[in-house]
Amino acid sequence: MALFKTKQAVKYEKKHLLGIQDLSIPEIVHILNESQSFVELNRKENKKLSLLKGKTQINLFFESSTRTLSSFELAGKRLGADVMNMNVSNSAIKKGETLIDTAMTLNAMHPDILVIRHGNSGAANLLSRKVNCSVINAGDGWREHPTQALLDAMTIKMKIGKIEGLKIAICGDIMHSRVARSNIYLLTMMGAEVRVIAPSTLMPKDISQFGVKVYTNMEDGLKDVDIIMMLRMQLERMDGSYIPSTREYYEFFALDYKKIKYAKDNALIMHPGPMNRGIEIDASLADDINRSIIVQQVEMGVAVRMACLKILMENQK
Amino acid sequence: MLKNIDGESKMKVAIINVRIIDTKNNIDEFGGILINEKGLIEACGSKVTKGNVGDTKIYDCKNKLAIPGVVDGRVFAGEPGFEYKENYRTLSQAAISGGVTSVVTMPNTNPIIDNVSTFDFIQRRARDKSLIKIHSLASLTKNVEGNEITEFGLLKLNGAVGFTDGIQCVQKNDVMDKIFDYGKNQDVLIVQFPQDNELSKNGVINESLIATKLGLKGIPDYAEHVIIERDLRLLSQYNSKYHISVLSSGKSLEIINEWKNKKLNFTTGVSINHLSLNENDIGEFKTFLKLSPPLRKEDDRINLIEGIKNGIIDIIVSDHKPEDEESKRLTFQKCATGASGIETFLSLALEQYHNGNLDLKTIIKCVTENPAKIFGINAGSLEKGMPADIAILDLNKPWVVKRENIQSKSKNTAIEDKKLQGKVEKTFLNGKLVFEI
Repeated sequence: MALFKTKQAVKYEKKHLLGIQDLSIPEIVHILNESQSFVELNRKENKKLSLLKGKTQINLFFESSTRTLSSFELAGKRLGADVMNMNVSNSAIKKGETLIDTAMTLNAMHPDILVIRHGNSGAANLLSRKVNCSVINAGDGWREHPTQALLDAMTIKMKIGKIEGLKIAICGDIMHSRVARSNIYLLTMMGAEVRVIAPSTLMPKDISQFGVKVYTNMEDGLKDVDIIMMLRMQLERMDGSYIPSTREYYEFFALDYKKIKYAKDNALIMHPGPMNRGIEIDASLADDINRSIIVQQVEMGVAVRMACLKILMENQK
Repeated sequence: MLKNIDGESKMKVAIINVRIIDTKNNIDEFGGILINEKGLIEACGSKVTKGNVGDTKIYDCKNKLAIPGVVDGRVFAGEPGFEYKENYRTLSQAAISGGVTSVVTMPNTNPIIDNVSTFDFIQRRARDKSLIKIHSLASLTKNVEGNEITEFGLLKLNGAVGFTDGIQCVQKNDVMDKIFDYGKNQDVLIVQFPQDNELSKNGVINESLIATKLGLKGIPDYAEHVIIERDLRLLSQYNSKYHISVLSSGKSLEIINEWKNKKLNFTTGVSINHLSLNENDIGEFKTFLKLSPPLRKEDDRINLIEGIKNGIIDIIVSDHKPEDEESKRLTFQKCATGASGIETFLSLALEQYHNGNLDLKTIIKCVTENPAKIFGINAGSLEKGMPADIAILDLNKPWVVKRENIQSKSKNTAIEDKKLQGKVEKTFLNGKLVFEI
């Protein structure tokens, strides 16, 4: 059975996947339904398909990444594509080549799909205007990380069976987080009550206009929530510039057994990774199999990315 | 008969059948302008007609509008160091096609114009290469680093019309204090770009919902307020000549108004971009609209127009900042700041007249009489004895801004494909026709 009722789904037909803000509810439903079959496939012994046979996928990562890069690589390979990872530390970008030049060079190699991660917001949009192939945004600056939000939605749907009506708190460095933004777009669209919890110095301007409830302390923010989504806290932001110290942050904003009591009894914990154990989350809580669905997120990641690759390839026909 | 350098005979020139607006002399009448052999205005007004100008070269302007040549108070010329973005020749072509005959240039070149020899060099270059009149500002501090003040006295003797760090704002209180103090001593104009470096650090766009959506670091409007408040506080100790170059926030006007009510004397300016556009126009990372100060909210834009209307803001500038293609073909975060706009400046300003926000004379005053007065430039009016720098425009002519028609060496216009109404048809410089459609 499909994850969502298929009559709710409308095929996503655009050439690129640049952000959740460009998607509609039926398109999201379509992508998640497509992902479901890949979840099943990935659990089988033989995981290889030939849907993308003969296609070339380039993963162009300007920021270091372990899980997203390997997830995209595996997704492409399982679909039968030839996957190349561009190692940025060796690339021409370090020699002063601009993003557009790099894009044009790669474009000349006729890839079918470019997966890009870049530290500047809008980099994927810029690239998509310059190349002939499809572009997937694997994270641009603080702006969007659409496949992360899709895999998070997939994880929630698989685990709880619904998204609508859930109370979901996103906690941590909201200001600098593309994961938070993409999740806010997607989860509010799908009918969840989304809350953001952060010290005010890490709260972006006018975030309440995204349709979320804004909290600056965990006790109020976590009250009655079904899901707690913790964000990674960059250590360099806790040296007095945004937060006085890691110790103070842990005391007031990290998720531990004390603070999780404010949430619903069976509230689940998510984290996009990589985690800073003992900084934004208590180490044993992160491993608590009754609470943490962080491992499932990683599993869903591969399936969702396979679905995205498949759909964009179909759209090229 | 006098001969000019081209060896061409000079004769008197008469511009007839025009509506003349000269705000300085309170003229708004139909008539003509008579220009003598030296390129100076001999007579202006209803009494100058075809019948009484005698043996002259006559330009019948068929009821178009004649105004003093526009004085643009904030322009970035590429010389020296950035000739690939703009040189005096290309700047002149762009300027005259937009009715601009005098410009005030910023010292943010390479090297920075912070000493007499560099200043002297650009003066000579301008004299040799520029058609229009170049009035240069020298920097307030050496290498615009905000630490040591430049030779105000010597630079003024050499022709500097004022001092500014241009795209930089002097941050240190003690340095700014000395600038006001010594600036008063040497009786020079101090021009500040009001933006706090710390509050605007790494910012590329107005701090607002749009910044949050685009995932870009914002610059809060109070980065402007704190500098204006500080400067006016310091200014009140010295009463030096002070001008705020470009305002972006509506709230700045409240602060300015408060001090004006306390009888503190200073002047302010705004770029035409900030009167015409707002942060929403940035859309999906349009790098040509990355400006400094950043475009702010629609409310700010409306308040700035109000500021012009009630005289809190004295001048409108183009803030012409040519940038080559490569510096704009980057991500929004990385790309260069600024827009080219000297040739669309007047037409874009007229948009505020056509849509009923500002009256025609107010706009003209803010781009001719007022900047000439603030920078002490012999321009901005059509009275007898003034150089005959004149723009003739068809107030109603519709046209569309097209990249391929841009005269400036850099094509980074913030208003590509915009429909405008009102276009310069002729430009006279010292009585000589230098531009005609």
